[in-house]
Amino acid sequence: MINKVVASADAAIAGIEDGAVLMLGGFGLCGIPENCIAALLRKGVKNLTCISNNAGVDDYGIGLMLQKGQVKKMIASYVGENKEFERQLLSGELEVELLPQGTLAERIRAGGAGIPAFFTPAGVGTEVAEGKEVRAFHGKEYLMESWLKADYAIVKAWKGDTAGNLIFRGTARNFSPMMATAAKITIAEVEELVPAGTLDPNEIHTPGIYVKRIFQGSGYEKRIEQRTISKN
Amino acid sequence: MLDKHQIAKRIARELKDGMYVNLGIGIPTLVANYIPEGIEVVLQSENGLLGIGPFPTEGAVDADLINAGKQTVTMLPGASLFSSADSFAMIRGGHIDLTILGAMEVSEEGDIANWKIPDKMVKGMGGAMDLVASAENIIVAMQHVNKEGKSKLLKRCTLPVTGVRCVKKIVTEMAVLEIIPEGGFKLLEKAPGVTVEEIRRSTEGKLIFEGEVPEMQF
Repeated sequence: MINKVVASADAAIAGIEDGAVLMLGGFGLCGIPENCIAALLRKGVKNLTCISNNAGVDDYGIGLMLQKGQVKKMIASYVGENKEFERQLLSGELEVELLPQGTLAERIRAGGAGIPAFFTPAGVGTEVAEGKEVRAFHGKEYLMESWLKADYAIVKAWKGDTAGNLIFRGTARNFSPMMATAAKITIAEVEELVPAGTLDPNEIHTPGIYVKRIFQGSGYEKRIEQRTISKN
Repeated sequence: MLDKHQIAKRIARELKDGMYVNLGIGIPTLVANYIPEGIEVVLQSENGLLGIGPFPTEGAVDADLINAGKQTVTMLPGASLFSSADSFAMIRGGHIDLTILGAMEVSEEGDIANWKIPDKMVKGMGGAMDLVASAENIIVAMQHVNKEGKSKLLKRCTLPVTGVRCVKKIVTEMAVLEIIPEGGFKLLEKAPGVTVEEIRRSTEGKLIFEGEVPEMQF
């Protein structure tokens, strides 16, 4: 069995140069690849295109890369709760493509699945439709959207094995399984790395074929954006 | 005039047993607190969860378990987890029975705007464009007028729209209204203490009403 294990986050992101197109898993701060983001900050690569549902918050996640001016373009669906992102967007410093969340997910899925384009109802009659083909099927209008691919996909999973198989936990799964399929090189950081053969094949979310590099992360903060508690 | 909790409570009366429901951020999230006795609905969160439970107790907070508003949540027995692609397949595929979301403006044609104020505020559309383009049944929870007292129920939306001809029903602090197919806000119910004349003055779009308009029941 091919061993995909690398020693650290810094080793995992080797080869990511200025101008790279990255996909980063996570919904808000849930399921973000914390260790690799820290390594990208250390490495200081610039002019990145980042494809991720959100852009973190001001002082965490991709928000930190925005603060350091490492991101040239962001492809996302929701940027609320991030003042620096909104400021860079409104001032024009940052190139931003905002997409309906389902369109973002499906474009990534299509990229990994070899489907160059598809039609979706989301965005018909809105700004999102500008410049895109609209076609009617069964009396309803749909927009053509194209696949998305990246140089690197960086995802975080709960468990992974040396063969690159991944299991996600809770809603930390979100965009990561599709992203893992849609890049030339997929990097996975996991909370627990085990030898191949340890995980139950029935439970695997992302088959190892998609993952090129894997390592066990450390010091996960798993910051919560909205800690909402019930009293009883 | 209703407060946001009363708006949520009124919307909760639209729920029917066995429905799969997506609740948007803000007032729609509060609807979960008022699900009527004897009615069971399954709440979907577009970040990949069916079967949202109550907020967790302090000891049960799990950073890996949030709703689309990024609030910590729990799962009810029978819950399931899935990817964002699966989640939106569920939405676009028409498997969600009811979508409840907030709005900045709604037009008498049923267009909705809730994601952007040019040059001032950009939140992004998140999942709203997918939801409004796909759902058969959309209820909007919103304020009837803005802080300056100007109507948000318009002939045409002034803000960039999220979807066209999609809203079916609206619940505001003043009224329950239905968008009729030929265009217009049909007044179904008025809030306690609010007159039809007040609602008419607060509605820029075409308001349609017949006979005595009943008062909202909770």
